[in-house]
Amino acid sequence: MLNQNPLWRYFVVIGMLLVALVYALPNLYPEDPALNISATRGGTVSELTRAQLEQSFSEANVAAKSVALENGQILARFNSTEDQLQAREIASQVLGSSFVTALNLAPATPDWLAAIGASPMKLGLDLRGGVHFLMAVDMKAALDKNLNDMVQTFRTDLREEKIRYRNVQADLARGLVVLSLRSVEDVTAAETILKNRDRELVFTAGPDELTVFVSISEIRIKEIREYALEQNITIIRNRVNEIGVAEPLVQRQGSDRIVVQLPGVQDTAQAKEILGATASLEFRLVDEEGDLSAALDGRVPPNAELYKTRDGRPVLLEKRVMLTGEHITGASSAFDEYSRPQVSIKLDAKGGNMLSAATRDAIGRRMASVFIEYKPGTEIGEDGNPVLIKQQEVINDATIQARLGRDFRITGISSPGEAQNLATLLRAGALIAPIQIIEERTIGPSLGKENIELGTTAIQWGMVCVLIFMVIYYKAFGMVANLALVANLILIVGVMSMIPGATLTLPGMAGIVLTVGMAVDANVLIFERIREELADGRSVQQAIHHGYDRAFATIADSNITTLLVALILFGIGTGPVKGFAVTLAIGILTSIFTAVVGTRLLVNLFWGGRRVQSLPI
Amino acid sequence: MRIFSFSQPLGFMRLKWPAIALSVLLILGSLLSFATKGINWGLDFTGGTVIEIGFVQPADLPAVRQTLTSAGYGDAVVQLFGTSRDVLIRIPLRTDVDQSTLGDNVIKALNASLTEPVTMRRIEFVGPSVGEELKEDGGLAMLVALIGILLYVTMRFEWRLSVGAVMALFHDVTLTMGLFSVLQLEFDLTVLAAILALIGYSINDTIVVFDRIRESFRKLRDTSVDDTINDAITSTLNRTVITSLTTVLVLVVLFYMGGALIHGFATALLFGIAIGTYSSIYVASAIAEILGISREDMLPPPPIEKEGENTDALL
Repeated sequence: MLNQNPLWRYFVVIGMLLVALVYALPNLYPEDPALNISATRGGTVSELTRAQLEQSFSEANVAAKSVALENGQILARFNSTEDQLQAREIASQVLGSSFVTALNLAPATPDWLAAIGASPMKLGLDLRGGVHFLMAVDMKAALDKNLNDMVQTFRTDLREEKIRYRNVQADLARGLVVLSLRSVEDVTAAETILKNRDRELVFTAGPDELTVFVSISEIRIKEIREYALEQNITIIRNRVNEIGVAEPLVQRQGSDRIVVQLPGVQDTAQAKEILGATASLEFRLVDEEGDLSAALDGRVPPNAELYKTRDGRPVLLEKRVMLTGEHITGASSAFDEYSRPQVSIKLDAKGGNMLSAATRDAIGRRMASVFIEYKPGTEIGEDGNPVLIKQQEVINDATIQARLGRDFRITGISSPGEAQNLATLLRAGALIAPIQIIEERTIGPSLGKENIELGTTAIQWGMVCVLIFMVIYYKAFGMVANLALVANLILIVGVMSMIPGATLTLPGMAGIVLTVGMAVDANVLIFERIREELADGRSVQQAIHHGYDRAFATIADSNITTLLVALILFGIGTGPVKGFAVTLAIGILTSIFTAVVGTRLLVNLFWGGRRVQSLPI
Repeated sequence: MRIFSFSQPLGFMRLKWPAIALSVLLILGSLLSFATKGINWGLDFTGGTVIEIGFVQPADLPAVRQTLTSAGYGDAVVQLFGTSRDVLIRIPLRTDVDQSTLGDNVIKALNASLTEPVTMRRIEFVGPSVGEELKEDGGLAMLVALIGILLYVTMRFEWRLSVGAVMALFHDVTLTMGLFSVLQLEFDLTVLAAILALIGYSINDTIVVFDRIRESFRKLRDTSVDDTINDAITSTLNRTVITSLTTVLVLVVLFYMGGALIHGFATALLFGIAIGTYSSIYVASAIAEILGISREDMLPPPPIEKEGENTDALL
């Protein structure tokens, strides 16, 4: 019999719609203004902290919806933004600087939905407010630094091998080192020696036979660029955590760009200062003769300074700096021969010489690594921005086992995690390539809210217009198409909520509106076909069957080309264009499903396989 | 209910030469406008700073300008945005000030001198290199999309139709950008997205017509090429008009209710869809016809002979 469906098909389609509906549901619950409280490094948030906070809130008459401890963080929900802001003040007074308090919008997804992993769509910054930065890493600086390091290394190496050179010089513009020697024999000798020490070097003949150009391989250049980018991303991640942002995004874009998105942050000036602040690193000897308890009472020996370690232990360090972080070219965590965690550190040639000289007479003494960072404090300066406070802490101290050179390692680290952390901090203190903000977008919270409202009203009214039109034009079949259209919207929202990478932006909302307009196209094609078939004198069942059949080829062809466009947009576009492409692509796929498969089921259910004389189309 | 009901195919192809002449004229006009007036590139492409501020009372634009001039931003363009309480300030790229702190400084200056406090709604800063890249990326996206469509349509249909489809897309994109150039509307990132969406919509429309042309060629045996194409266009006319209508309906809603940020997007698509519907008929189909499409090109490929089919049975 024509136009009848097996029962399972209904179940599959209804099942899919139900799943989409359940996953779309969280979007209906408004978000709560909330506070995220987490501990800075070393500290922990406990039940005690939670109880303390709850009490302080009620003392100050700030009504908190809930104060809960989850995943080592405290999440406090409030009814209004005013309460939220007031609560932040209270929290930072009560808890002090060892905790980070971040403003957040917490989704109020009911527990049963959250339990199955349903969450609302991620909103782009244009809809929720916040700051977006695009930063470019100055790769030229990283490569220039490498060239200058090469010059130092070559000079040392040649001197060690007793090859006399006329000149070793970096040509930054051409990206190579110019090596001038005194004889042809020296040229070959130098090439062999340098090549042996570093296989990635590329030698090309200079203008005369005594001059050689040395450059580095493409692979090495790529490595340097990757390293500079990764290093900056690590540093920015660390700093963003300091700012206290609920769901920050730090992501690489292309070969030399970093995207930073800080939802909810309004004070861009502060954010920029924190992101742009420089961290540095110093190696100093521990002053073991100085009297620590006297120093704690304020009598610090003249040649020493008092520092604190990360766990708060005081330590006296010599004033003289053995080495600064700028000479570090690499730091990575690994395991030593007894598979204990360690950090290996690589220095440039100059740094190697400095450390070698400084450690010659210090074997057996302890060397401390001091991490220096600038953080905004609570005090507000003349310019209206928080005053930056210099924060110094000893991140590691270790006994010097031997005279140290360009490669050395720090052992005796308690855990692999700690080793990784230390390596990260060491790298962070040795920024080799500066970054520059090349794009910035700040959306105020009121504008974000307004954009959501505008987008939602536009979708609703656009929808209503199309629904009315379809019923007038296609009567009962129009109703079927309308059901498909509503199902389509649910599917789009459900799928967008399910895919973790999909973010709804304002252009994305425009994309949904457009999809609503275009989604009926498939049904229009089918219904027009059915009308034609009926006009040609076919029976009702034949008309439905052929109408769907013939229209499908057209629908497939036309939508595949549109999908092609969406994919290209996704591949090439960035930011808002990408968001638009995602909604467009999802909309095309869901609309084919609902308009072809979904309506067919309904049409078959109502009219298929029955003795109907005419169709309400 | 039906919008059109024809007993005879309409003579669309009779008007193909005047239509092509019109299209060529409009394309030339657009190109001329690009050359003389240029395109009013938005911040996304030119780089610079845009600051949107909100007032509680209707904004006092002269006071805002005054403040900006005395703060050293005499080159700022100040205008209302959407409502009388929303003000948009554009400051072109400058080398003498730190661009990345400019937005904050302007807000501070305004708050210091105006009686009413302003709320920051939006600050956007785009560096010079980013804008250039965006133009390149956008252009590349369009080019890749056109090539992809060219290949797909050639594969699924025929090269003459493929050329027609791509010419139609080129026509739509050029005319829409031409409109933005002639009216000097701001061409920003959302307009770029609209143009790319337009490519998607227009090709959709064109393929539906092509599909019918192929079918008509196979169905109508003793009909001239002109009449076959006319038949195809006539029978898809209802669908073309209805789909355009529903899409235009939602775009009108978007235009009036979507807010000022989405205005450019809605304008570009509204115009583009009208043009795209026209071009499916008069550019895509007409070019395919002029290139000499014939019934033979549209017939399904002859069935491959099965091995042994023609050999006589041995027994």
